[in-house]
Amino acid sequence: MRFRPTLSLAVWGVAILVTFASAQIVPLAIPQHVEAGSTFSVSTEGSGKAVLYIVGPGQALRHDVQLGEKIEFAPGELHNAGHYSAFLVGPSSTQTAEFDVIAAQPSTLSFLAKPSRLPVDSHAGISGVVYVFDAFRNLVLVPTDVSFELSQGRGAAQTRTVATNNGVVWVKLDSASQAGTAQFLARVGGVAEKRVIQQVPGEPCNLRMSAHKSGAWVEVETEPLRDCKGNAVPDGTIVTFIERNNGAESTVDVPLKRGVARTNLPANDGATISVATGVVMGNEIRWRP
Amino acid sequence: MNAGRPLAFIVTAMTGTLVFIGTLFPTSSAVASAGSGTALLRPPSSPEVAVETLAEQIGRKDWTAAYEGLTDKNEFTEQDFVHDLIGTHPSLRSYATLDGFDLHPLHVSADEARFRVNFRWSTVVGTLHDVRDLRATRVGNQWQVAWPLVKEPKVPPQVIAVNYLRWDVVYRGPEDDWGAQDVESPHVRIVDMHPFERGGEVVLLGELLNEDVVPAFVTVKATLLAKNGAAIATEDAFDKMSHVLLPKQVTPFRIDFQNARLSDVDNIRMDPSSSLVAASADPVVEIEDQKLNGLPEPSLTGKLVNQSGQIVNIAHVLSTFYDSTGQPVWVSDGYADRALLPETPVPFATSLPSDLSNRVSSYRVVASTYSSSRFQ
Repeated sequence: MRFRPTLSLAVWGVAILVTFASAQIVPLAIPQHVEAGSTFSVSTEGSGKAVLYIVGPGQALRHDVQLGEKIEFAPGELHNAGHYSAFLVGPSSTQTAEFDVIAAQPSTLSFLAKPSRLPVDSHAGISGVVYVFDAFRNLVLVPTDVSFELSQGRGAAQTRTVATNNGVVWVKLDSASQAGTAQFLARVGGVAEKRVIQQVPGEPCNLRMSAHKSGAWVEVETEPLRDCKGNAVPDGTIVTFIERNNGAESTVDVPLKRGVARTNLPANDGATISVATGVVMGNEIRWRP
Repeated sequence: MNAGRPLAFIVTAMTGTLVFIGTLFPTSSAVASAGSGTALLRPPSSPEVAVETLAEQIGRKDWTAAYEGLTDKNEFTEQDFVHDLIGTHPSLRSYATLDGFDLHPLHVSADEARFRVNFRWSTVVGTLHDVRDLRATRVGNQWQVAWPLVKEPKVPPQVIAVNYLRWDVVYRGPEDDWGAQDVESPHVRIVDMHPFERGGEVVLLGELLNEDVVPAFVTVKATLLAKNGAAIATEDAFDKMSHVLLPKQVTPFRIDFQNARLSDVDNIRMDPSSSLVAASADPVVEIEDQKLNGLPEPSLTGKLVNQSGQIVNIAHVLSTFYDSTGQPVWVSDGYADRALLPETPVPFATSLPSDLSNRVSSYRVVASTYSSSRFQ
C-alpha cells in the first residue's frame, strides 16, 4: 500500500482536533505572520511537559516542549506559505493559535516569453509573463516591481516596470524593425531571468529578377531579397520561377542562397518568365535572346 | 495381401502419368514457383507465347533466362537489360514486383509480330505502368523477342558545386524549468480551402503556406461537422500533399471523405499542424515541359530535372489544377519510377478526372524528393 501524505495529515489533524475539543482551550502567543523559512520563537507559560503540533498546507510539525521555555523554530523549518493551526497540548490545558506563513523575499522568477521567433515590426507581438517565487517556491503575493527589458544589439532597449498582482505580472512589447536576436530580461531586485527572442524578416518586398543567356539556357537570378524594412530575407526561403511558352510550363522552386535565388530555365524565344515567393509576386520577363 | 498389389500398381501409374502431364504442360503458378529453367519447357511456338514467356521471366526476375531468349542480345549486355528494367540506382522500380501485364497485338504476320505490352509494376506507392512495344520474329519453328532497350543516360564525370543549406533543431531539455523557453513551431497558414461534392464523396482542396523562416513538417486534418455540431468524419491529406515545407513554400492538399454528402455538412474544422524538422534545401528539381493533355484521358505530363549533383531516389509530384478564377479544381499526385540523375530529365504524369478537365484553366506542379544518401 502506498503512503499518502495528504491523507495522513488529514487523519492526524482530525485526531488532534477531536483530542483538543474535549480539553480546555486558551490562546497561544504566536506571531500572526511568519516569513517562510525564517527563525522565530514562541514563548510558553506554565510548567511541565507539553507537545506542540503545527498543521498547515503540506506540512505538519510536532515539538516536545518544556512549558515556561521558548520554543525555537530553526531556519527553513516552516517553509510552505499558507494558513497554519498550532496546538500546544499540556497536562492541564491546550493552547491554540492560527497564523499565516507568508512567502519570503523573491528568489526565483518563472519567465515565460512568447513567441521565441516572430517577424520584425510586430506591434505588441512579444509577451512576457513573470511569476515571482521565494527560495521555497512559494508564490510571492506581495506586490513586487518587475522590470522588463528587451534589447537588441546597438538599438535602443524597450523597458517597462510593472508591479505584480497576486504574484504574476505580464507585459506586451513590440518587436524591433531590425532583424536579429533580442535579449528579453526580467528582473526583480538582484534576481534576473533572460530569454532570447529571434526577430526575423517579414514578407519579402520588391521581388525582382533579371535574366541572361547562358549557353542553351536562360539564367534567371533575383536581386538580393529584402523585406519592407530592408532586412535580408534568410537563406533557404523558396523562390519559384515559372516559364510559360506556347502552353507549356517549366517551374523551379529554388532556395535563396547568399541572399539570391538563381537557376537555369530552357531558353525559349518569346517565353514569359515570372517569379514569386510565398504569396508575393515579383516582376515578369519576356525572354528575347 | 493379393488385393493390395493391383491398387498399388494403379496409384503408382496414375502418379507417374500426372507428373508427366504436369511437366509437359505446367500451369503458370507452377512455373512461377518452380523458378528458372522451367520456362524452357514451354516452347515459344507462337509470338504471343514468346512475349508472355519473356514477361513471365521478367516477373520472376529471372534476368539471365529472359536475356538469353532475346534476339537482339548481342546489342547490349545483360547488365544493361537489368538496368533498363529496375534502374541503375535505387528507386521505386528497384523494389517493385511485376503484378501483371497486358498484351495488345499491333501487327502480326507469318514471320514477324509487334505487341504493345503494358507492364504493371506493383510498388509501395501503388501500381506504376511501363508500356513497351515488343517485336517478335520467327527463328526456325520458334519465336524470339527483341527488347527495345532504353539506355539510362550516363552522367559525365564532373564537379557540381553546391552550397548546402540545412537546418538543425535543438529542443529544450527535460531538466529545464517549466517556464524555460522552447523553440517555436513553424507558423503555417491555410491560404485557400474549397470543399465540393463529387462522385458520392466530399472533396476538400486547398493550399498551405509555410510563412516562417524555418522548415516545417506539416499535416492537415479536417473534420466535417453536422448542423448539430457532431463530427461526421475526420480525414487527413496523407500523400496528397508535401509534408516538408521550406520557408515560404506552398503545398496543395486534397482530403477525400468517402460516402459523405456536402448537404449534411454545416461546418468544416481544419486542423493544420506543424513541427520543426531538420531539413536540407537541396536538391533543387526543375519541372520542365509541363503540358496539359486533354480528353479522352486528361493528364498533366512533364519532365523532372535534378539540378543538383545528388541522386534523387524517389520523386513525388503534386499537381494543382485551377479554374479561371484561380480556385483549385483538383489535386493529383504521381511518382517518377526512376531515380533522378543529375541534369537528366525523367518523365512524369499526373491524372485529371475527365469530368473536371474542361474547367481547368491553369495548373501548378511541385515536387518533393527523397534521397537515400541525403546528409541529414
